[in-house]
Amino acid sequence: MLSLIKIVISFFLIAGTFFIFSGTLGVLRFPDVYSRLHAASKASTLGVSGILIGAFIYVLSEMHVFSGKLILGILFVLLTAPVAGHMISRAAYRTGVPLSEKTVFNELENKDRSNTP
Amino acid sequence: MTDWFTIVVHVCLFVTTISILLLLYRAVRGPSNPDRVVALDTIGINLIAITGIMAIILDTVQLNDIILLIGILTFIATVSVAKFLEKGVIIDQDRD
Repeated sequence: MLSLIKIVISFFLIAGTFFIFSGTLGVLRFPDVYSRLHAASKASTLGVSGILIGAFIYVLSEMHVFSGKLILGILFVLLTAPVAGHMISRAAYRTGVPLSEKTVFNELENKDRSNTP
Repeated sequence: MTDWFTIVVHVCLFVTTISILLLLYRAVRGPSNPDRVVALDTIGINLIAITGIMAIILDTVQLNDIILLIGILTFIATVSVAKFLEKGVIIDQDRD
């Protein structure tokens, strides 16, 4: 039996799973830690948002419960994933993790590294 | 009963589990310590997704608190490990 609400839930679940798997492939295959952070933070945020929206619609349609905690979870991941990525990237650059040899432009190259606040 | 919706949900759970297993390779073998932190942060994000899929499979609303809990713990763990890698301490005593 093909109901419309399950097609919508399946679309969100499949989209979220696709983004999560592509983010995992990016973490596995990219050359250095800075480009891995792009794949990790952006793709995983989209993926978990899709899956939690699917779970929210399922809970709303099957059990008639408006679950505000799922919306709060999506908002929390959207707020904290860029902050965590920025902190890891700053710690990696200040402890001297080398960039990939394919890097074409480094904006922080001529700044004084010892004068960090 | 093998509904098509059940098959879709179980395939999504399987692919997310496979992506966690692939991230464990990067968390063990990563060349530097920030690589391991990135892999562990992404494992935490994927655990939130697995909890959402399990809430659909088990047909319950009791797992919604766990999603918030895993999110908060992952964020605090990532921030504290990044600060430890940068300064060598987590809670520094001097207020500068």
